[in-house]
Amino acid sequence: MQLRTLAIPALCVLLLLAAVAAATVGAAGISFERLLAALGVIDGDPALLARDQLVLWSVRVPRIAMAVCVGALLAVAGTIMQGLFRNPLADPGLVGVSAGGALAAAATIVLGDRLMAHYAIKLPFELLPLAAFVGSLTATTILYRIATREGRTSIATFLLAGLAIGALAMAGVGLLVFMADDRQLRDIQFWMLGSLGGATWEKAMLMAGVAGTMLLAVPWIARSLDLLVLGEAEAFHMGVEVERLKRVAIVLVAAASGAAVAFAGVIGFVGIVVPHLLRLAIGPGHRLLLPATFLFGATLLLVADTFARTIAAPAELPIGILTALVGAPFFLVLLLRNRGMLGL
Amino acid sequence: MAILQASDVVVMAGGRRILDGVSISLKAGETIAVVGPNGAGKSTLLRVLAGELRPSKGQVLLDGGSVASLRPRLLAQRRAVLSQSITVTFPFTLAEVIAMGAGDGRGEVVDALVATAVADVDLGGFEQRIFSTLSGGEQQRGHFARVLVQMACGEARHGPGVLLLDEPTASLDLRHQLALTASAKRCAARGVAVLAIVHDLNLATLFADRIVVLQQGRVVADGPPAEVVNEELLEKVFGVRGAVGRIPEGHRPFVLPHAAEPAPMHGH
Repeated sequence: MQLRTLAIPALCVLLLLAAVAAATVGAAGISFERLLAALGVIDGDPALLARDQLVLWSVRVPRIAMAVCVGALLAVAGTIMQGLFRNPLADPGLVGVSAGGALAAAATIVLGDRLMAHYAIKLPFELLPLAAFVGSLTATTILYRIATREGRTSIATFLLAGLAIGALAMAGVGLLVFMADDRQLRDIQFWMLGSLGGATWEKAMLMAGVAGTMLLAVPWIARSLDLLVLGEAEAFHMGVEVERLKRVAIVLVAAASGAAVAFAGVIGFVGIVVPHLLRLAIGPGHRLLLPATFLFGATLLLVADTFARTIAAPAELPIGILTALVGAPFFLVLLLRNRGMLGL
Repeated sequence: MAILQASDVVVMAGGRRILDGVSISLKAGETIAVVGPNGAGKSTLLRVLAGELRPSKGQVLLDGGSVASLRPRLLAQRRAVLSQSITVTFPFTLAEVIAMGAGDGRGEVVDALVATAVADVDLGGFEQRIFSTLSGGEQQRGHFARVLVQMACGEARHGPGVLLLDEPTASLDLRHQLALTASAKRCAARGVAVLAIVHDLNLATLFADRIVVLQQGRVVADGPPAEVVNEELLEKVFGVRGAVGRIPEGHRPFVLPHAAEPAPMHGH
């Protein structure tokens, strides 16, 4: 019980510590003292101050903000998806939802670029998350239609269908890569592996908006997701408007993973690892789990991104590789534990 | 006056009539057992009464208003349903699952209702156990406790409602079969209309004021156990030839399987 009451404050502190650590390390090292100076908390050496502030405000802080938003969105998308499919193995990166978003975003870059080039208009960057949202929404909806029959979801069908949707979408991305020119190619490449290298204030603000919307929706859907765990019919018996809940959940999952994919590419396993660890610590009730996944997902991805950009400095490891290295074995363990559920 | 009334309900599925003109009414404080052979349409009838399944024809009225037009939340305050084979995939504790009966509600009032329900189904001491690690019978009692909490929350707002049970005793031992039956009858004594699908004819006669017999989607008998359960019913509906005995006190009939055998099939 104590763990539960302390969970949110503890996770907030953890996130803050991760953010401070992320702000101090990097190609241009900024010590903690200089960080405080740059933030105006204490006085510092004026010569260093200007340089530090430039690094912080134009490079590092937007990147931290992006990592926080992407991590929070991916973790929340995973948690809502798992509630919707009553299945702890659901993750937008794994079952083709992110891939659907990546396909739509890549198509926008390649095809949109060609169309727009004709009129000499530069593609507005807001178009990418919108396209990724539509792509993710399509993938999630198809997945739901295939995997759920008469209100029950077959976990095996769900995973296999997700695999097929993901493969199909990635084949589409491959086709676009084939058609793309060099500059477009570099833009697309990072969807396959995931990166926060392109962080800007504009992108971070847009994502913060999506993240804020998700947070507002949490109290509204949390209890219904609890009741849905017993099954769609049972949730209806207990007073849940099941069809509406499903629609809202699918749109939220698509919006969260679409926004994350559009700016950071396909980053897998955050949506599985975060809610699973938290369920062990604070239980599966969504009223606490959803806000907690928000904070913990943000922290985990921020730490992962800090590693990704420092471990092989000055080169940068794509963050998707890092999350997969940690997440895939984790997923396998979960799969083996749930063998009974899958009928394997 | 009837709390829940279904009239002339037809349900079609795959070109077959699962329910074929079923009418049934439940009065406050009444206990009804629905019996019938496999595939007679019992579970479908329960789903129609619960407002979960819309009939192709006919209607279901709850307190005089159509079930189809009621919001799920309002419906849940007036009728509770215990269905079969529910799996809980996430590690919720027994107490958390039972508290789900209260929907959005939480706090001391709900805690008290949960404690009462836990005691009612004899699961004291199991509150913090993970639900999916409980045995089949314990899970079934847990779900019954959840339904009791839902009934109690609804009663606080609208008075006694309707309780629909789909084979509530299927995986229970004899002691808990009797305990659950007694608990359902206590609900009825408070004015709740209780309808249960029961496979065991003896449990049905023990439990119910009225027995409704379904066969191939139609009501073939509806009345007090003493009138409904007899040799003719056994042979015509269940295809069993055997003797029906009577316990003098209350004239409740009973079926002794030892003295019964499958009758030659006819009419199919």
